[in-house]
Amino acid sequence: MSKKNSEYLINRKDNQYEVVIGLEVHAQVLSESKLFSTSATKFGAEPNTQVSLVDAAFPGMLPVINEFCVKQAIKTGIGLNARINKRSVFDRKNYFYADLPQGYQISQFKNPIVGEGKVILDMPNGQKEVGIERLHLEQDAGKSIHDLDPQNTFVDLNRSGVALMEIVSKPDLRSPDEVNVYIKKLRSIMRYLGTCDGNMQEGSLRADVNVSVRPKGSKEFGTRCEIKNVNSIKFMQMAIEYEANRQVNLIEEGKTIDQETRLFDTKKNETRSMRSKEDAHDYRYFPDPDLLPLEVSEKFIEELKNDIPELPDDKKKRFIEEFKLSSYEANILVSDIDTSKYFEEVVAKMGKNKDIKLAVNWITGELFAALNSKGLEISQSPVSAKNFAILINLIKNGTISGKIAKTVFELMIDGDKDPQKIVEEKGLKQQSDPKAIEALIDKIISSNREKAIEYKQGKEKLFGFFVGQAMKASGGKANPQLINEILKKKL
Amino acid sequence: MSIDLKTIKHISKLARISVDEKRAEKLAGDLNSIFDFIEKLNELKTDNVEPLTSIAETTLKLRSDEVKSKNIREQIIKNSPQDNEDYFVVPKVIE
Amino acid sequence: MSDITKQSLTELVENVKNKKLSSTDVTKAFIDRSEKSEELNAYITNNFTSALDKAKKFDQKPNLDLKLPGIPMAVKDLFCTKNIKTTAGSKILNNFVPTYESTVTENIWNEGAILLGKLNCDEFAMGSSNETSFFGNVQSPIDKNLVPGGSSGGSASAVAGQLTPVTIGTDTGGSIRQPASFTGIVGLKPTYGSCSRYGIVAFASSLDQAGPMAQNVKDCALLHEVISSYDPKDSTSIDFKRNHYSKELTNNIKGKKIGIPKEYRVDGMPKEIEDLWKKGIQYIKDCGAETVDISLPNTSYALPAYYIVAPAEASSNLARYDGVKYGFRAKGKNLIDMYEKTRSEGFGAEVQRRIMIGTYVLSSGYYDAYYLKAQKVRKLIKNDFDEAYKKVDAILTPSTPSSAFKIGEKTNDPVSMYLNDIFTVPVNLAGLPGISIPAGHDSKGYPLGLQIIGKAFDEQNILNIAYAMEEKINFKNKITDWWIK
Repeated sequence: MSKKNSEYLINRKDNQYEVVIGLEVHAQVLSESKLFSTSATKFGAEPNTQVSLVDAAFPGMLPVINEFCVKQAIKTGIGLNARINKRSVFDRKNYFYADLPQGYQISQFKNPIVGEGKVILDMPNGQKEVGIERLHLEQDAGKSIHDLDPQNTFVDLNRSGVALMEIVSKPDLRSPDEVNVYIKKLRSIMRYLGTCDGNMQEGSLRADVNVSVRPKGSKEFGTRCEIKNVNSIKFMQMAIEYEANRQVNLIEEGKTIDQETRLFDTKKNETRSMRSKEDAHDYRYFPDPDLLPLEVSEKFIEELKNDIPELPDDKKKRFIEEFKLSSYEANILVSDIDTSKYFEEVVAKMGKNKDIKLAVNWITGELFAALNSKGLEISQSPVSAKNFAILINLIKNGTISGKIAKTVFELMIDGDKDPQKIVEEKGLKQQSDPKAIEALIDKIISSNREKAIEYKQGKEKLFGFFVGQAMKASGGKANPQLINEILKKKL
Repeated sequence: MSIDLKTIKHISKLARISVDEKRAEKLAGDLNSIFDFIEKLNELKTDNVEPLTSIAETTLKLRSDEVKSKNIREQIIKNSPQDNEDYFVVPKVIE
Repeated sequence: MSDITKQSLTELVENVKNKKLSSTDVTKAFIDRSEKSEELNAYITNNFTSALDKAKKFDQKPNLDLKLPGIPMAVKDLFCTKNIKTTAGSKILNNFVPTYESTVTENIWNEGAILLGKLNCDEFAMGSSNETSFFGNVQSPIDKNLVPGGSSGGSASAVAGQLTPVTIGTDTGGSIRQPASFTGIVGLKPTYGSCSRYGIVAFASSLDQAGPMAQNVKDCALLHEVISSYDPKDSTSIDFKRNHYSKELTNNIKGKKIGIPKEYRVDGMPKEIEDLWKKGIQYIKDCGAETVDISLPNTSYALPAYYIVAPAEASSNLARYDGVKYGFRAKGKNLIDMYEKTRSEGFGAEVQRRIMIGTYVLSSGYYDAYYLKAQKVRKLIKNDFDEAYKKVDAILTPSTPSSAFKIGEKTNDPVSMYLNDIFTVPVNLAGLPGISIPAGHDSKGYPLGLQIIGKAFDEQNILNIAYAMEEKINFKNKITDWWIK
C-alpha cells in the first residue's frame, strides 16, 4: 500500500503546515419508521405530520427500539470492516433546544454498537487507509425555522427521532481531496448495503468536521476546531481550507487556537465561532433508564454477515481480474452501486462474444456524457442495459461502425428504442458486401484520376482522402475495414 | 463538601431554571445538607463492583420496522401554548 | 343498601354481580361522599358527571363477567387519562389534557371500572407528605392537619376516607407504601417491570412502578391482577407469567421462612415501631411460618444512593417540560429566557431542588463520584437481597420509621423528610415487590404499617403472607369522618 500521496500543505514564509482532519458523519438510516417510535421517516412531508406522541415527548411516552435500524447499523459496521459490539448501551445526551422535545437526545456514548474499523481510499497516487473510531445509533432532532416570522421560531418535529448513524473517523485525513474521497467512499458503501441513501441535498448525510494544523513533520496534534453540520462535500472542502488557513494565520501571528465549535457560513465562505452558548456544553450523559442494554447474539450478527452484498472493494478486485479492467476503470464502475449494476447487466446481456473494453468505454464515455447533459442518474437512464448491450454487440460484430453507433445512441437516448430496429428502420446497417464497395471505389478512383496518380507517385497522405470519399459515398455505412483493404488493392 | 452560589448558578443554567439571589442561597443551604447526607456513600469501597445498569434483568426487545403512528398533527399541537396549526411556535432563538 | 362506601372492593363486585347493587348505586354513593369530602382535598379533577353517565350506561347493558363491573374508581393524577386533565400535581401541567390513556388505567377500564376523578399527589410524585402539590396539601382522614403521606397522598386519603373503593398509586421510593402505612390501608409496590409505565408521568424511570392501594389484601390482589400486564410499549416491561392473584390468594403460609433484617433496627427508631415489628414477628409465627434473622449489610447506603439516582433521572425526565409542546409557558424575551422563566415559575420548590441535585450529580466531573457510585451501591443492595433470598422466602420490616406527622412539621428540613423513606427505598433500588399492611396504632391512635418484601415476581407470595397476617392482626382503621360537616 503506497502511503505517499501528493501532500496538501499550507505554506507560509518559513513554515509548512500539515492539516489534520477527522469527520463525524451523520448518516440517516434507511428505514420506514423512526428509531424509537412508529412514525414515518419520509422526506418532504408537511410539517409535524410525521410526529408521534413519543417524538413530541408527551408525558409518559416511552421509546421502543426499531430492530431494522439495529440491523442497518450492524450491516454498516460490517461494511466498514469494524468490530460489532454484542452489547451496547443507549445514553441520554441532555441539553435544551426548541427542536429537541425530550430535552435530551438518545445516543450511544460509552458503549457504541460498532467499534473500530477501516476504510480504503483510492487516491491518485495509491491507496490510503482511514481508521474508523466507532459507529453509534442516535436520534435526529427536529427543525427550527427562524426566517418565517420576525419574532418567533417555528418548530417542525418531522425529523425528530429519525435514526442516524454517527460514523466517527480517526484523525487520519490530510486534505480536502481525501475528505472528498472518504465521504464518497462511505456513501458508496452504505448505498451498496442499502443502509443510507446518502442523499446530501435531503440531509441524509452530513458531517461535523474536526480540523487542526501542525508544522509539517510534527507528531503532536494541534488544537482542533469542530465545524458543525456541513451538508455538502464542496462546503466541507471549502470550510477545511478556510479553517486550516485561519488556524495557520493564528499560529504565525503567535496567537493560540481556542478549541471550539464553529459554523461554516456558506454565503461568506468562512467559518465563525458559534457564540458559546452562555455555559459550556455539559451534556450530562447517563444510560437511558427507559431502555435496557442492547444485546445481539453471534447468530444475529452472522445472519447479517451472510446478507451483505459484494461491496465496492471486492467488486473492484473482481472486475480487474475477471474483466481485465484497469484499476482506474474499475474504480469508476464500482464507486456508485447503480453504475456497477448497470455495467454488470450490460455484461450479462452482451452474451458470449462480448467486448467488455468497448462496453466500458461506451459507458464512461457516451452514456455518462448523455446522462450528465440531461441531469439524470444512471438509475434513470433512458437507455436500458439490455439495449445498451445490443448496441455494443452491433459495433462488435461489425453491423454498424462506431460512428454510426453514435447516431443510433442519440436516437436511443430520446426513448428506449431497440438499436437493432433503429439500424433497420433508418437503413444504417454497415455496407459489408465487398462487391458493392469495389464498385463504389472504382467510381471514385475514376473520377479522381490525378489524385490516384499522385498517390501512386508516393503522396501517401492522399489515402485518407479516398477513404473519406468512399465513406461519404456510402452515406457512412461502408465497413471502414473493407474500404481500406479494397482501396489498397485498387490503388 | 460545599456547594457555593457560583455552582448553584451554573447548575440552574444547565437545568434552565432561573433562580434569584435569595432562592440561590436557600438552594445552596438545602443542597449542602442533602449532600452531607449523600457523602455517607464515600464510606463504602466500590472499586470492584459492577454498576447496575438495569434493574429489569432482561435484554432490550426489538420492534419491527412498521409505520403505525399516522398524521396526528392536530393532536400533537393542540396542547401547545403557542402554535400556528402547522408548527410549534417559540420565541426567537438568539444565536 | 346503606353504607355502600364502607364495603370492600370484593364485596362491591359481588353485590354488583349478584345484582344487589347497580353500578349507578355504587357510583352515586362514592360521588356523594367525595362531594362531602372537599376538605380532604383528595381530588385535583373530578369526573363525577361523566362517571354517573357511564354507570347508567353500564347498568343498561351490564357485562358481569368483568373483574371490576361498573365499579367507580379514582386514580392518582400521575396516570395520563384520555381527554381528562392530567397534572402530576404541577402548575407546569395545569392545563394539560392527554389524548391517550396509560396502559395501567386502560387495563382497569377494560375490566369495567369507571373513572371517578384524578387524585392529588406530590408534584411529580416528589414528596413524602403530599405537601408539594401545586393544588394544595391533602388532609388525612385519620386526623385534621395530619399528612396522609406521599407522594400518593390523595390516593391514600381517598381510600382510607372511602371516597373510592380502591385506587392506584405510583411508588418510586415508597410513594404507595408510606401513605398506605400512614392512613391504615394496604399498598403494594409490584416488581419493577410488572406494571407498564406507558402513559405514567415519569419521575425516575428505573424506580417508578404503579401499584394498587386498597382497604384489604384481597382487594389489593384483585386490583393488582387487573393492572399487571406485559406491555410492548414499555421497553422495561417484563414478559413473565402473571398469576390470578386474587383467586390464588391463600392464608396458608405454613413453613414459609420470613427474614428479619437486623439493619432495619435503625438508631432513634421509636419504641412503638420496634414493638410493632415484634408483634409482626409473633403474627408470622402464629400463622405457622418461621422467622429467620438475616443481614442486609448495605441498607444504610440505600437512601443516599436513592437521592442520587432518583433526582438524576428526574432532572432528565423533567427536561421535556419546557413550555414548548404543552403545559404552562411563561413569557420570555427569547427562547432561553422563556425556558428559564417557565421552569422557574412552573415547578415548585421541591421539584426544583431535586432537578438541581440531579443536574449536579450528572454534571461534568461528578458523574463517577455520584451517579456511577450510586449504581454500584444499588448493585450491592440487590446482592444483599439475592443473598438473603437463598435463605428466606420473604422479609418483614416496618413500613416507616414513624407514624404520620403534622402538616408543615418537616417542610423546612428536606433531609428529615427524606428519612421517611428509609425502609421503603431499598425495595425500589432492588426492583423488588413490597407490600405495606396496617398492623397497629401508635399512642396517638395513628396507624402503623408493616412491610413484607418479596423476591422479584413473587407478588403472590407476599400477598399470601399479608393475607394471613391481616387475619391475625384484625386491624380496624379509626375513621371519624372528622371532615364531614
